[in-house]
Amino acid sequence: MTNPWTDIKNTDLVIVMGGNAAEAHPCGFKWVTEAKAHRGAKLIVVDPRFTRTASVADYYAPIRPGSDIVFLMAAINWMIQNDKVQWEYVRNYTNAALIVKDEFGWQDGLFSGYDPEKRDYDKSSWDYVIGDDGFAAIDMTLENPRCVWNLLKDHVSRYTPELVEQVCGTPKDRFLKIVQMIGECSATDKAMTSMYALGWTQHSKGAQNIRGMAMLQLILGNIGVRGGGMNALRGHSNIQGLTDIGLMSNLIPGYLNIPTEKEADWTTYMSSRQFKPLRPGQTSYWQNYPKFMVSFMKSMWGSAATAENDWAYDWLPKLDVPAYDVLRMFELMNAGQITNYFCQGFNPILAFPNRGKVTAALSKLKLLVTMDPLETETAHFWENHGEYNDVDTASIQTEVIELPTTSFAEDDGSLVNSGRWLQWHWAAGTPPGQAQRDTWIMAQIFQRVRKLYQDEGGVLPEPILNLTWDYADPLDPTAEELAKEMNGRALADVYDLTDKTKLVAAQGKQLANFGQYRDDGSTMGGCWIFAGCWTEDGNIMARRDNSDPDDTGTYLNWSFSWPMNRRILYNRASADLEGKAWDPARKLIEWNGEKWEGYDVPDISPTAKPGDVGPFIMNQEGMSRLFTRGLMRDGPFPTHMEPFESPIPNVFNEKMVGNPVARVFVSDAEQFGTSDEFPFVATSYRLTEHFHYWTKHNRINAALQPEFFVEISPELAAEKGIAKGGTVRVWSKRGSITAKALVSRRLRPLQCGDKLVHVIGIPLHWGFMGAARKGFGPNSLTPFVGDANIETPEYKAFLVNIEPATTEAVS
Amino acid sequence: MNIDLSRRGFMKLAGAGVAATSLGAMGFGEAEAAEAAHVRAFKLASTTEVRNTCTYCSVACGILIYSKGDVAAGEKAEIVHIEGDADHPTNRGTLCPKGAALKDTVHAQTRLTEPRIRRPGADRFESISWDEALDKIARALKDDRDTNMILQNDAGVTVNRWTTTGFLAASATTNETAWLTYKTVRAMGIVGFDNQARV
Repeated sequence: MTNPWTDIKNTDLVIVMGGNAAEAHPCGFKWVTEAKAHRGAKLIVVDPRFTRTASVADYYAPIRPGSDIVFLMAAINWMIQNDKVQWEYVRNYTNAALIVKDEFGWQDGLFSGYDPEKRDYDKSSWDYVIGDDGFAAIDMTLENPRCVWNLLKDHVSRYTPELVEQVCGTPKDRFLKIVQMIGECSATDKAMTSMYALGWTQHSKGAQNIRGMAMLQLILGNIGVRGGGMNALRGHSNIQGLTDIGLMSNLIPGYLNIPTEKEADWTTYMSSRQFKPLRPGQTSYWQNYPKFMVSFMKSMWGSAATAENDWAYDWLPKLDVPAYDVLRMFELMNAGQITNYFCQGFNPILAFPNRGKVTAALSKLKLLVTMDPLETETAHFWENHGEYNDVDTASIQTEVIELPTTSFAEDDGSLVNSGRWLQWHWAAGTPPGQAQRDTWIMAQIFQRVRKLYQDEGGVLPEPILNLTWDYADPLDPTAEELAKEMNGRALADVYDLTDKTKLVAAQGKQLANFGQYRDDGSTMGGCWIFAGCWTEDGNIMARRDNSDPDDTGTYLNWSFSWPMNRRILYNRASADLEGKAWDPARKLIEWNGEKWEGYDVPDISPTAKPGDVGPFIMNQEGMSRLFTRGLMRDGPFPTHMEPFESPIPNVFNEKMVGNPVARVFVSDAEQFGTSDEFPFVATSYRLTEHFHYWTKHNRINAALQPEFFVEISPELAAEKGIAKGGTVRVWSKRGSITAKALVSRRLRPLQCGDKLVHVIGIPLHWGFMGAARKGFGPNSLTPFVGDANIETPEYKAFLVNIEPATTEAVS
Repeated sequence: MNIDLSRRGFMKLAGAGVAATSLGAMGFGEAEAAEAAHVRAFKLASTTEVRNTCTYCSVACGILIYSKGDVAAGEKAEIVHIEGDADHPTNRGTLCPKGAALKDTVHAQTRLTEPRIRRPGADRFESISWDEALDKIARALKDDRDTNMILQNDAGVTVNRWTTTGFLAASATTNETAWLTYKTVRAMGIVGFDNQARV
């Protein structure tokens, strides 16, 4: 989230699209209720289902799963056609005025440079015209036909209200009412907030869905302001933290990158990370990349990482593919190429698509290790549970070690919420039986592996033998020690960069912020964006002062918010070119003639003069991007792409299936179904009584929602002869499940052109372990394909068939 | 602001003070004292209060956990009650249907209490000691790493990647667990590394 949960009270309009906060984030949704009750804010919900969020909305519109880009581009088109644009913001704070290369273009649903053989774009034309001065060419009048604004205007011109009705199935009058409501928020004294979650991410073009709304928010001038923002509600309690710390194939903590094998040495790696400003005088904060990277390497390998050995660069793995994400790993596992696999608090046979493939893959492992507080389906994947897990136990040769871990209630440490607050918590109970903390388990495993290398030697022992491990008890590092390590400390005396006589951090001291990070090896820090969380003043994450001067909702002294304790990202954009708040009633930070000050930590150098330095300091342009250059694989603007399994062809190119650059493994392509055989659209969702596959272990929640069901409209029930509460079979090209039928008006058939599209809702909370009745999940049916940029599986739009079941489900 | 003094510590000090002084200081006579002795004490008065965060979604509601015993003091502590933290700016004491039932997840009948192993082809788990389980895991890691570590690619570039062992990290563990996991996995050269954010 760009803004914290408590900021939602400042909004005038909430749009929930791609999420269902009232059910999935109930106590955060309370702030929407607050804004409605005390500020007169309105709530719009756009969703295939009339959700509980929709039930308290001021206005609702249905939409066909997987067609959001059409809706969003049409909204942008309407804003442009009706002059609902925050012009000063767009002209100065976005790249609207920058000039794009002549070679860039779009045709038949594809951008310039498409190679169907490689399923990839040559993105060289997706860039600015760079002048002789090294800066991007600009036309502040926005008259140049090749400026981003005019290209955007042309790009969205084909997305009309009529196209929305035809492709999304959203009635035209509903779409028009919604864009009128949104358009009011282009005024400087109105703000809209976007709240979204997995309803937008779980698509083969999920990242482009989110881009679409981010662009709309920029055009309205709603980014960086109180009550505005792009608010990814996110899922689990520390999903944000795990992402921040980079527990992904291609990441280093703080959104740095694991090198590819094309970056054979440090110099080459750094050469593509210069981040020179693309406009004069801009901050381009990523120019500090070497400081963050060297400090990370020092946190890993300490004194063994030196300038002479390029900070032990060779010890970092180098990737030959973009990422060994889970889909790739299960593809390799299914091909018999993976020996050992660890699942730490993760239940892949319910979480990953095409469960049949996931089970087959796990059956080919030599060793599976699970670490969890609860008995997971994955740890028991080899157990036969009748139709709910119909495996041949004796033939599965995988050895499984199931390790008991503590739960949240028996562990100390910090979690990052979706508003980027790092909040510390304390253990309250004794772990059951022999359960141990994850930190203890990881330390035990590592120390034993290290000892084997010490005793026996082996292949490439250096990165293991030299890993820093200066914990008081090497077999049980404490949360405090680890938090301090992530914050960073001075390894030698650190001096001010402009005044070399001024000591900023003495040797051995915790660093105060990432401004003190250095690239000469004099500092270490595991996760630069967390710097400031544990300083010489102590554990900042444990702060508990809930005062909030003038009720802005920023709560600056509650816990710690990355980066720099900043509560609203891009908050410089809440003020105009002179540094005055666009809306005096919504003041966040202002320029006082000498520096920036206000209710939040300024997202800009405190002395950067307004007018000189743009508000989007992480970008080389100093501006936000309506046109993303080559940063996304599937286009610099969002363009409509159908789901891989769709009831109707792409209106722009009927031959184009799904996302034309998404990675598809051969065996999975053979398992895509078509609408001839599978005429109905299915989508997955959550219930407010359950949290994923955990609460079915809890008798109270299991009693509240005891049994798996699928949700269908009365029209589909009538068409198929399905009775309310009757048992149905639902199947896709990949699997078949049985369920109770919930016949409900919350789902309605959508008229998309001349095709009537039925949608089936499938909640995701059941399995074969725990206190609830045994059941299935959507992943028994879903396709094994992910988003083209980040490989999040396409759970929200796929094809199935349905019929009344002839026999009752066994339970 | 004294950020090293946790609320738990503060409450304990305050609680002890109240217990020792209230009856006398508030002017109870003997009759009232005798009457008070018959009134059952509030259940939570004898518990330890600890600040925590709901384990479910990323709203991160503040919760207060009440235990018999103080785990921070090295005592055995049994969790007897969990409720919303009224001082927390986001949830202000409220909890959803999941958070309100947190205690039953902590005490779920399917909580794991010992390491177990399922041998190849077996139809059940059997107990295994921590030592034996961890030694087995370490041996499996080293053997596979020594066999399959790719030191150089075909072009002779040093790549030092290990693709045949994978690690899937959690989404409700702490940042501190995440960091220690990161260090361990990366130092070994594992590239098949992912977490719940992917889905």
